[in-house]
Amino acid sequence: MSTMQPLQKCNDFVIKFANVNGTGSASANELFARAVMGMGVPVAPRNIFPSNIQGMPTWYEMRVSGEGWLGRSGGCDLMVAMNPQTWDRDVAELAPGGYLFYDSTKMLPRSRFRDDIVVLGLPLTEICTREYTDPRQRQLMKNILYVGALTALLDMDFKVVEGLIAHQYRGKDKLIASNLQALKLGYDEAKASLPCPIGLTVEHSDGVGNRIFSNGNDACGLGAVFGGATVAGWYPITPSTSVIEAFSSYCRKFRTDPDNGMARYAIVQAEDELASIGMVIGASWNGARAFTATSGPGISLMQEFFGLAYFAEVPAVIVNVQRGGPSTGMPTRTQQSDLLACAYASHGDTKHVLLFPEDPYECFTLTAQAFDLAERLQTPVFVMSDLDIGMNEVLCQPFDWDDNRQYDRGKVMSAADLDAGKNFGRYLDVDGDGIPYRTIPGTHPTKGAFFSRGTTRNAYAKYSEAGTDYVYNMERLRRKFVTARKLVPTPVEKKASQATRFGAIYYGSTSPAMAEAFAMLEKQGVHVDLLRVRGFPFADEVMRFIADHDHVFVVEQNESAQLRTMLINEGDVDPKRLIRVLHYDGTPITARFIAGRIADIVKENNVTPLRKQVAS
Amino acid sequence: MTYLAKPKLLRPDTPKNALGYTKRDYEGAISTLCAGCGHDSISASIVQACFDLDIEPHRVAKLSGIGCSSKTPDYFLGNSHGFNTTHGRMPSVLTGAALANRDLLYLGVSGDGDSASIGIGQFAHAMRRGVNMVYIVENNGVYGLTKGQFSATADKGSKSKRGVVNNDSPIDLVTLALQLGATYVARSFSGDKEQLIPLIKGAMRHRGSALIDVISPCVTFNNHAGSTRSYDYVREHNEAVNRLDVILPRDKITATYAPGELRRIVQHDGSILHLRKLHEEYDPSDRVGAMNYLQERAALGEIVTGLIYVDSSAEELHRYLNTVETPLNQLGVAELCPGSEALEALNESLRRG
Repeated sequence: MSTMQPLQKCNDFVIKFANVNGTGSASANELFARAVMGMGVPVAPRNIFPSNIQGMPTWYEMRVSGEGWLGRSGGCDLMVAMNPQTWDRDVAELAPGGYLFYDSTKMLPRSRFRDDIVVLGLPLTEICTREYTDPRQRQLMKNILYVGALTALLDMDFKVVEGLIAHQYRGKDKLIASNLQALKLGYDEAKASLPCPIGLTVEHSDGVGNRIFSNGNDACGLGAVFGGATVAGWYPITPSTSVIEAFSSYCRKFRTDPDNGMARYAIVQAEDELASIGMVIGASWNGARAFTATSGPGISLMQEFFGLAYFAEVPAVIVNVQRGGPSTGMPTRTQQSDLLACAYASHGDTKHVLLFPEDPYECFTLTAQAFDLAERLQTPVFVMSDLDIGMNEVLCQPFDWDDNRQYDRGKVMSAADLDAGKNFGRYLDVDGDGIPYRTIPGTHPTKGAFFSRGTTRNAYAKYSEAGTDYVYNMERLRRKFVTARKLVPTPVEKKASQATRFGAIYYGSTSPAMAEAFAMLEKQGVHVDLLRVRGFPFADEVMRFIADHDHVFVVEQNESAQLRTMLINEGDVDPKRLIRVLHYDGTPITARFIAGRIADIVKENNVTPLRKQVAS
Repeated sequence: MTYLAKPKLLRPDTPKNALGYTKRDYEGAISTLCAGCGHDSISASIVQACFDLDIEPHRVAKLSGIGCSSKTPDYFLGNSHGFNTTHGRMPSVLTGAALANRDLLYLGVSGDGDSASIGIGQFAHAMRRGVNMVYIVENNGVYGLTKGQFSATADKGSKSKRGVVNNDSPIDLVTLALQLGATYVARSFSGDKEQLIPLIKGAMRHRGSALIDVISPCVTFNNHAGSTRSYDYVREHNEAVNRLDVILPRDKITATYAPGELRRIVQHDGSILHLRKLHEEYDPSDRVGAMNYLQERAALGEIVTGLIYVDSSAEELHRYLNTVETPLNQLGVAELCPGSEALEALNESLRRG
């Protein structure tokens, strides 16, 4: 079509790879993402994958953003269409003027294309059949071939990709040679038969800096190693399984006794999530740092045990990599929909500590911190990650650790304390902060033993059905959670460029989309102060922020506005002042969505800032 | 129920064990169970076994689930830490505790509802894993605290106090434990402490998963005619395969045995199990034979008791996991945290990909 304008963008576009799962495309796609990053250009890739092993459609959506926006943007400028099953919807998804790269071995009728896009066909299957005899090789090299072709099409630095392959397969010279050959082949074929470069290009930049490329699940596993976890009880469940895989692999690397090869850790795959959390509670009760990783259905199964740990006051760390619920829900899609199930888990009056990491850096930091908090507060602590940051590679600041840091083991009485005649009452509030002292089994032959139970007891852990004992205990637990408010990570605030009566509260993986939405809104002259919640129970700053604004948007990735419910419940906030901004279709929230919703509402209210009114 | 607290003063000639402890040092709070409850005899047997074996009370961790039996750990070993967990989930909590500190003795106390009904999954998996523990089931075939419902171990055809007949087939935890790989499996009767105490002692000196299924009649809800868990019924149908004496390395052997009467089994720690045979053909080291024997006798309506199976060279979970000898709960930041230098190297690899 003559009116068609091919897109012209440098370092700012979205490429989507449409593949069939189980064909080896994932590693090729990641290689490509790393290549862009290797040129100093920030990328944010996301796997959109099915709950399946082989043969189902899978997409790898990669945002290239020289400006460094890492949230999902939506849209698609270049489609690498490698899956005939999803061809029609993939072609339809392209922006007008976008580019369609496909395997042109098999002729397709004109009707299967669009007039307003640029079509780039390369006979990948034909080339592979010609070059390789082994069927598996033909399949795998097809992926490297398109990486080579894209390198040419986007005018990328071939040396960077070459270097990555050499690094990835270091020590395996045969693999390096064959992969490099395929890369070069794809590159040359594209150069020879396609209009290289196209309107989308990648230019060297310095936008990556010293940041690392990691995923939240890996970071949680690493955080557990640094945080001193020695026992993990777990049950496989998407999308949390790789947390334990990472923990296991980092333990092998860092926690194997160099003298005898023995393990300074114990990992047991339990028969179900009930047993996983049971093991964690048993180990923590016995003085080890222990954790589990799970997702929504696992959280549901663990409810009774959460109540036991809360009431018997046993530390526990739970990494919850949230996925779409309810029930089996969307196992391979993302949501923030377990807040209420975790914050008030189990029957009776309970409350739990939650931490909300925004990226792999915080997954590492907050998981390590969770062990200190769990032992200091003697209660379960939930690290509320999600699939978006958990299973995708995210560009983030490098992990750091202060070598002077000691583990906070909380209030534990030693044999020496007991011998010195210190009064030990397991549930006695000695310090007025609601946190009692505990002893670890095996401490002393005649002093300090106590009987832990989920039933009511007095301050000396003796069974009791007296209402006064029960109330003493519940009031102490309430004080303990007041103490917890001061110990959880403080929220992060960001002021708009002008004073405003609008605020927005958000948390976790919404972070990059919110940051970009903030910039978009500022450009439109819409000013909104931001506050990112990092912990529950809410720090005082959270309620102060709400008090300081007439209207507060609560941006969440769930349907029922769960954080908003908690804010209303915990802070006695007038519900009318908290405006829902909810995204919950299983895809990560976008800046466009947030900014659109907020701008609409702010404009509807036809705002004149309150302070200005008063001044005039 | 014991209504009166025991006097604190002891007679000067009260026997003491090698550690200087009297039996009183192994007792706990006053039992709140019904007078005549079989469970109290089991608690007394545990006290006696720990006293005899010179076990330091604080080196024992006692864990239980929910139910009458699960209340009992409060009534023995008052100087041990105890954990009354959730219904049917004691095995996982015990497993976690055992992982944290391999040096303590783990005593799990459960009932038939707790282990065979709601907790059969956790029971099975703890046995499979070879958790180093003594797992005692106080088995009365009935729910006491909720007033007399059948549990999963109740025999088919047995009658409840209200006359209801149980139509469900029973679960035999001994057979199940054998099939699942437990390495010390015994059954006893709370009315026969002479049999029970040595079985507990042998289990405490065993390395690996030890199960003792103790038939423990419920005097309130399951001690009537028509019940197969009453004192009378169990006495009549008790078929003991052997009598056990546990001999510690330090002990002198004084008992004499007729030729062919004795079988000697040496456990990993040097303790010796002396088994007086009551059935010439019974071999407690033959797992398959033991399972067959149980089936044959059960078909005749007999309850087989004694040391049914033992593997004296058994391994336990920590060996399988190859964990360090130092208990994990005693490792500190120096042994556990890789430190900033290792982290920086990792950061570098995550920059390159």
